[in-house]
Amino acid sequence: MNDQNAPTRSIDNSTAMAAVQRSLGKRNRAERRFRFFGIASIGIALALLMVLFWTIISSALPAFTETSIDLEITLPADEIDPQGSGDPAVIGDANFPKYIKRAMYSLFPEVTKRRDKKQLAGLISPGAAFKLREHAMSDPSLVGTTIVLRVPMSDDVDQFKKGQITADIPESDRRISDKQIAWVQTLTDMGLVHQGFNKTFFTAGDSREPELAGIWGAIMGSIFTMIITLALSFPIGVASAVYLEEFAPKNRLSDIIEVNINNLAAVPSIVFGLLGLAVFLNFAGLPRSAPLVGGMVLALMTLPTVIIASRAALKSVPPSIREAALGLGASKAQAVAHHVVPLALPGMLTGAIIGMARALGETAPLLMIGMVAFIVDFPGNFTDPATVLPVQIYLWADAPERAFIERSSATTLVLLCFLIMMNGLAVILRKRFERRW
Amino acid sequence: MSHSVLFLILAALTFAGFFMGRKRAVAQAGGVIRSLHSRPNYYGYLVALWCGIPAFALLLLWVGLESNVVDTLLAASLPDSLTAGMDPASLSLLLNDIHNLAAGVATSRDINEAMAGAADHYNDLRETGLLALAVVALGVAIGGILVGSKLIHPDLRARAKVERAINRALFICSLLAIMITVGIVMSLLFESIRFFGKVSPFDFLFGLEWSPQTALRADQVGSSGAFGALPLLAGTMLISFIAMCVAAPIGLLSAIYLVEYAPRKVRAVVKPLLEILAGIPTVVYGFFAALTAAPFIRDVGTSLGLSVSSESALAAGAVMGIMIIPFVSSLSDDVINAVPQSMRDGSYGLGATQSETILRVVLPAALPGIVGSMLLAVSRAIGETMIVVMAAGLAANLTANPLEAVTTVTVQIVTLLVGDQEFDSAKTLAAFALGLLLFCITLALNVVALMIVNRYREQYE
Repeated sequence: MNDQNAPTRSIDNSTAMAAVQRSLGKRNRAERRFRFFGIASIGIALALLMVLFWTIISSALPAFTETSIDLEITLPADEIDPQGSGDPAVIGDANFPKYIKRAMYSLFPEVTKRRDKKQLAGLISPGAAFKLREHAMSDPSLVGTTIVLRVPMSDDVDQFKKGQITADIPESDRRISDKQIAWVQTLTDMGLVHQGFNKTFFTAGDSREPELAGIWGAIMGSIFTMIITLALSFPIGVASAVYLEEFAPKNRLSDIIEVNINNLAAVPSIVFGLLGLAVFLNFAGLPRSAPLVGGMVLALMTLPTVIIASRAALKSVPPSIREAALGLGASKAQAVAHHVVPLALPGMLTGAIIGMARALGETAPLLMIGMVAFIVDFPGNFTDPATVLPVQIYLWADAPERAFIERSSATTLVLLCFLIMMNGLAVILRKRFERRW
Repeated sequence: MSHSVLFLILAALTFAGFFMGRKRAVAQAGGVIRSLHSRPNYYGYLVALWCGIPAFALLLLWVGLESNVVDTLLAASLPDSLTAGMDPASLSLLLNDIHNLAAGVATSRDINEAMAGAADHYNDLRETGLLALAVVALGVAIGGILVGSKLIHPDLRARAKVERAINRALFICSLLAIMITVGIVMSLLFESIRFFGKVSPFDFLFGLEWSPQTALRADQVGSSGAFGALPLLAGTMLISFIAMCVAAPIGLLSAIYLVEYAPRKVRAVVKPLLEILAGIPTVVYGFFAALTAAPFIRDVGTSLGLSVSSESALAAGAVMGIMIIPFVSSLSDDVINAVPQSMRDGSYGLGATQSETILRVVLPAALPGIVGSMLLAVSRAIGETMIVVMAAGLAANLTANPLEAVTTVTVQIVTLLVGDQEFDSAKTLAAFALGLLLFCITLALNVVALMIVNRYREQYE
């Protein structure tokens, strides 16, 4: 403090302090307001996250139950297997839809009009006949007897039982008629209708009938695709990261490669799809819709992610490790291969898993290479036509039947579960092996 | 014998080569390993490389070329009665039928003697090819082992040789990044040039009408396909603008709060939660936009007396905004964190409140970085596909009204290319021209954004 200046200062200070005091309330309010904006925006973002999850979970849950009926079906021996050969091939040729219909008609003998009969038979899924056929073929001794089989009901009945279609919508606006509702009520009162866990959803392939559609085919497709993606992007990504971080001379070419990788990471994914279409399908003539091509396209897309993560992992290994190895007479390559890479491996794996998780949820490039087809069979190898989980979500979200929308949500939930597991694995890896030097 | 069996045999030979090389090196040194230049394993690696590289390269080459070579041979050997007066397209159909016949699958035409003969010939050709490949590849592999073993001598600098080979392999892997970029540019450019041969670039870039219909007959209604990309660009910009209107304030304010105000514990919980938004697949957002957000916005609009399209730009843009929040917030977070603490302390020392410090000192200092991160987010929004494919419209409207349906570049690429395509129609090629446009726009945005961010980072380091 300078003594001479002190008096003048204090006068200035007092007027300044008064001005400050006067504006202080306003300024503090502005401070609180600003802080509130910050909290509010975080609140909005988190609320949107909640809404997103809540919407998906609440619309997905109904898809995990299905409605089925215990139907008493007579399998007339004279129609199915007149010779009594017991040969499954002969039995397989029988007209099973007819027996299902008969079973339904016998429950409601008063229904006689052709149109009503058609509506009555419509309560049962077309899948019922396939189930009956399989059942009869696996046990030929059933032919000629009357069996009770639990068969799926149609998706409209299913939606009605779950309360997605209610009776107070005008009849013309819903897919299930008043008569059908009455029949379903009667069947429910008779105790024949069951609602249980929807196993079909996890074991079947795609289907035109929602009640027969499942995601197993898409899961297989995703697995095949991810195997290719991992097998290509991890080794290549790690190799280029090791080169760029440990061996690359500081020259023009290395700079170009580096800029390139950063730019590739920001190229829209659909452009990789165009590349796949032009190069892999058109130029190299690889099969359309195949997990092989899908995996290759996704590998190109995840490569920058893997390289960037691997380089970060290599960078975090302290130079003293390399120097110690070199000091003991190891060559540069030995130091890297025996010491640096093993220490960086957990970080590289974490990066690869995060890249895989992104590839697993990617849809757009796969639309370009035809993995968007309607495929009923399960893919058996890398070149079979297949679809993947996110594409299945896209396909079903477009379908007119409400039951498909529900299954689309359920598929989303399954996909999110896979993603959470992968990210959880990455977190565990990081926590368990992360080293602080 | 199939390719995979051959592959396994070659792999086994490579392993054998490793052990032979190692053993030979030890034997040459008379068991005194110290007298070898390199450790014995390196002699093994060297022999394995000699054995494996040429043989596997040969195998890969054949797998890539087999169908072309066999088809050319097959087409040359087909009797004239089958190929009389055929153009290349129907010839390839015929070849396809022969492949199916050879594989025992149903064909699309009647099988006659000539066809059956051709199918047999095809099978013969393939078998001969595979057999020849097997003989040559095994010969090369064994030859490689012999050459490699011959080289072995205690003074041979095996380690240096092996390391040079590894170094080269790593270099090739890192070149792949450049090759991908070149591949993208070449494939887009090549098809776009073909497109611009049919439609002038001027019409494409500045045309106001987009209706990618190509006529089957000359006198058809709407036979003049219009390929003006401006409505698509306008739609893309509209949706991206709406997305940024949602993401920029929310993302930036959350970042500011998390960096400047939030206690460490809150930050540790909230930051990963926000980043979940970035990890959700875009198809899920698309699903949400199409089935929840769009009907909701339409209902709200209707209750306010507005007419809202069920595929409004607002729904797609808003949901895209949600997706982009974490990009903006985590990039701004880094940028704000990088502002030196001394600047804040200086401002506090002058008596500024915390919000005044942030608004007048921290944000102006961080502005270039924030602009850069916004540009990155915009480029993300422009390239985003699934949300707009599922929630935005297909009709190309040139409008600035967010309640109407617009279409975007990415939506049109998907609609043009999903399903069967022929690769010579302007319609299919237009998708590649759009892809090139998209690539150029996002690349320019990224380069500018990265430049700004990097320059800014250097300023404070």
